[in-house]
Amino acid sequence: MANVPAELRYTREHEWAKVEGDRARVGITAFAQEQLGDVVFVELPKVGAKVTAMKTFGVVESVKAVSDLFAPVTGEVVEINAELPKKPEVVNTDPYGQGWMLVIRMSNPKEADGLMSAADYEKLTAGAGH
Amino acid sequence: MTDATASTPLKHTPLRDVHVKAGAKMVPFGGWDMPVQYTGIIDEHRTVRGAVGLFDISHMGEFEVRGADALAAVQRLCTNDASTLAIGQVQYAALCYPEGGIVDDLTVYRLAPDHFMLVVNASNIEKDWAWVTSHSEGRAQWANVSDETALLAVQGPKAEALVARLADRDVTGIDYYHFARGKVAGVDGLISRTGYTGEDGFELYVPAGQAERLWSALLEAGRGDGIKPIGLGARDTLRLEMKYALYGNDIDQTTNPLEAGLGWVVKPAKGEFIGRGAVEALRARGVGRKLVGFEMAERAVPRHGYRLLAGGAPVGVVTSGSFGPSVERSIGMGYVASPQTAVGTELAVEIRGALHPARVVKTPFHPSHTKKA
Repeated sequence: MANVPAELRYTREHEWAKVEGDRARVGITAFAQEQLGDVVFVELPKVGAKVTAMKTFGVVESVKAVSDLFAPVTGEVVEINAELPKKPEVVNTDPYGQGWMLVIRMSNPKEADGLMSAADYEKLTAGAGH
Repeated sequence: MTDATASTPLKHTPLRDVHVKAGAKMVPFGGWDMPVQYTGIIDEHRTVRGAVGLFDISHMGEFEVRGADALAAVQRLCTNDASTLAIGQVQYAALCYPEGGIVDDLTVYRLAPDHFMLVVNASNIEKDWAWVTSHSEGRAQWANVSDETALLAVQGPKAEALVARLADRDVTGIDYYHFARGKVAGVDGLISRTGYTGEDGFELYVPAGQAERLWSALLEAGRGDGIKPIGLGARDTLRLEMKYALYGNDIDQTTNPLEAGLGWVVKPAKGEFIGRGAVEALRARGVGRKLVGFEMAERAVPRHGYRLLAGGAPVGVVTSGSFGPSVERSIGMGYVASPQTAVGTELAVEIRGALHPARVVKTPFHPSHTKKA
């Protein structure tokens, strides 16, 4: 069973969000990185870009596949993980820590309440995958 | 990715359940349920380059042809000159359509003066079987032995010593693209010094019923060497770093051997073969595009079907691409219009609407370590 931290919120597209006031730190889940395999490239928007909930904000590429990344919430990108271009493998080794992708300043912080809880996300992924 | 055969049940190699039990991630490939990875593609790739890896490639097809006209049949079908093959020698070749497009690429084994084995791609077994049997003439008996034949590849710098420890005969004297009959771990078969990785090693053709015994024995005996089972994902990155063509990606019915860089396996001087006229006409006229290797300036990955541009104008298409774990950068192959094919030419790959710089480079991308004759 993949690691699903209780304090985070989740999307059906396998992103996590760590809500801190009006900001949400975003990455992909342990389940997602395991499904993708070795991550070799992450394409992120620039700081200042606007992102919209459940619209794509970038892509993650593994050796075999390219997958869209979906914004959990609407807002402005205020920080991106500048280490990812050099060390994309941290998405595999530490998806909830060093593998974070960006921080969004939420237009409407209440929007985060609509994201999945850890318990619901675990149900979603139970039995999925290989 | 859509698998054309998804509606029909996937075929299993004799080792399919062994892969599942070992925790491999399984995917459909050319109609087969195959392991794409065990521990991870990059880790498996580096295991083969640095130590030794074990592949189940039993999905490949094997046809045998024998009889007084077996050589004539092979010569009519294949672009290369099988008459030059000694008993115990292997040759890479192509099957062509009369128009010059490629039916398949394959290896040809000479088992006896009038007895050959043709090893074809898994996804093409039915098509190739229909092709060879309908274009064969004279006294040549064909047998499709794909189902009863398992094929394991042992590849990497530690492969030779490992197979030598388990073999009942000398294998160190088997030259590149040669084979011998012998037992490995008590399993009788063909020990072939061939592969699709750019490393030294062997491909072992054995009866399907013996595959699991041989698989287990190799993993057990290779434990001290750091042997690991390797999936198709790493097989693909290993062959890409060598610029070996993959049928369905880099070559197919719409490409000819000359533009694919396979002119060295086309031997018109041997006499008539299917596609000879078309390929000769192409050679005289010159091909308008060539399959080149290129590397990316950044890590964005070029993938099959992406457009290639030069100076803002479209010049070709990517046929294969990946992050290359040994070259540690993103690399690809693609058809590029002349004259943009020279080493050093600046290209761009269109990835998700944006242009990413690339450059034509010398290939192989990573030095080959196959055994030299």
